[in-house]
Amino acid sequence: MDESPKYLLPDIPNLHHLDVYERHGGYAAFRKALAMRPEEIIDEVKRSGLRGRGGACFPTGLKWSFMPKETPKTKYLCINGDEGEPGTFKDRQILQYNPHALIEGTLIAAYAMGVAVCYTYIRGEYTRWIKLFQKALDDAYAKGYVGRNILGTSFSTEIYLHKGAGAYICGEESALMNSIEGDRGYPRVKPPFPAQLGLWGCPTTINNVETIANVPIILLNGGDSYSKVGAPKLPGNILYGLSGHVNRPGVYELPTGILLTDLIHRYAGGVPGNKKIKAVIPGGSSTPVIRGDQVEGLRMEPESLKSVGSAVGTAGVIVMDEDTDLVKVLLRLTKFYYHESCGQCTPCREGTGWMWRILKRINDGDGKPSDIDMLVEVANNIEGNTICALGDAAAWPVQSFMKCFRDEFDNRVKPSASVSVPVAAEAFAEH
Amino acid sequence: MLTEQNLKKIEEIKKRYPTAKAALLPTLWIAQEQYGWISQETMKEVASLLILPYGHVLGVVSFYSMFYDKPIGKYHLQVCTNVSCQLLGSEKIVDYLSKKCGTKIGETSVDAKYTLSEVECLGSCGTAPMMQINDEYYENLTKEKIDHILLRSK
Repeated sequence: MDESPKYLLPDIPNLHHLDVYERHGGYAAFRKALAMRPEEIIDEVKRSGLRGRGGACFPTGLKWSFMPKETPKTKYLCINGDEGEPGTFKDRQILQYNPHALIEGTLIAAYAMGVAVCYTYIRGEYTRWIKLFQKALDDAYAKGYVGRNILGTSFSTEIYLHKGAGAYICGEESALMNSIEGDRGYPRVKPPFPAQLGLWGCPTTINNVETIANVPIILLNGGDSYSKVGAPKLPGNILYGLSGHVNRPGVYELPTGILLTDLIHRYAGGVPGNKKIKAVIPGGSSTPVIRGDQVEGLRMEPESLKSVGSAVGTAGVIVMDEDTDLVKVLLRLTKFYYHESCGQCTPCREGTGWMWRILKRINDGDGKPSDIDMLVEVANNIEGNTICALGDAAAWPVQSFMKCFRDEFDNRVKPSASVSVPVAAEAFAEH
Repeated sequence: MLTEQNLKKIEEIKKRYPTAKAALLPTLWIAQEQYGWISQETMKEVASLLILPYGHVLGVVSFYSMFYDKPIGKYHLQVCTNVSCQLLGSEKIVDYLSKKCGTKIGETSVDAKYTLSEVECLGSCGTAPMMQINDEYYENLTKEKIDHILLRSK
């Protein structure tokens, strides 16, 4: 198997030890950055074309440039490690195997934006990875990479680990800020955007763990070189997570834009029992599902996936074989969004519950044919009508499952009760 | 009452944030570690410590699924049943655990040894099916593996 160079999860034993990381060129990018002007770093990141790896694919350099240069306020950086999107398990690999790349990237970002305090928000369930990261952070502090007057310069920044407590919504950047502030994880209305009014009303940037772990290599090799790797619209290496019905599930670091079939067959070893693929969710549970017969020729980059109505998201690829009961799958997904809705916006709070109840009765064999249209209608009324993207994320699976696999749902609802009940009587009963 | 040592820890944590309120989640973690769960009394204690309304602390505790507002069993079995685990048989894992531990989902066994919960994605999709027992992850579960794990949970 031809391997492209890995920099997020390289095959170096004990890379999580600071001395090993340093021996392999660690913190050289940060030293280089300290000799540059902050604007030059932001330009380099812009040139690299790096886009956020948390699911939204927002250009990272552009995001950094939104931070005000002159401000009397303290500037903050939050690193989003609240990994909780079903099908996504990549950030924990960085925390485990390459935590110093995350710390180094955080330092470079902090220097580029003039950030005084960084919070690394890691989901509460990741106890093991929290300990590993804290150890790496303590080592970096002890070696003078973090804290006051770093490496003898006038630059100072603190990095604190903030532990989540079990709420998917805190992965949404404004909910994450509220969680750090000691509140319930309610997303905030935008605008104002975090770069203007973030943590405690101060300029704040929020970046995903994997995004930030890409920063050192960009500084070392230059943005131009980075931009030539993978798909032009989403350059660089990306951590693909393969799960579900594949022989070798796991995280694979490869360039963006790889063929979905290569990922599934060459890397993840194909489907057990050589079964056919019925469905694939390409980028975590919130990205629309695609049919098995659409997979051929698709590439893991925005334009190719857009052509079938989906997206790269978190690159968490969930594969479902021909025997999968998709009603059950959608029921479970809908239950997830119902459970994780923060409850602020009525369409999401109520709608996710309605969708779950409708799917539950379809799954239980008590569904009516009209339920399917109702399900889509509820989804359509959530989409675009909520403060944050969780509403959309709840609607898209329902809409896409209905678009791709409507037959399967139609087959599960009972022939209409109107067979034995006159139409007028049924209409009356509906009221 | 929170121990002297824990109170000191909380004071240190408060320095990381410009407001005392921001220390709420870390403080609740420390409290839960000491007491095993977060009672109304604990919430009041935390509220007065950080000078916050009791209602705010209650609101936060009830929002986050990892803060327990009632006692739980010695072993908290948290089985992920989200899609990737579901595809690889998490439903059977739940049924098997339920039978073995004598408890239903969301309940604690009579001897207070096991609490069984169905949880959302824990980020172990590549090693499904999985569960978390207290702080530890147990991945690629099979019935044999579960038998082995439960044997060790005295």
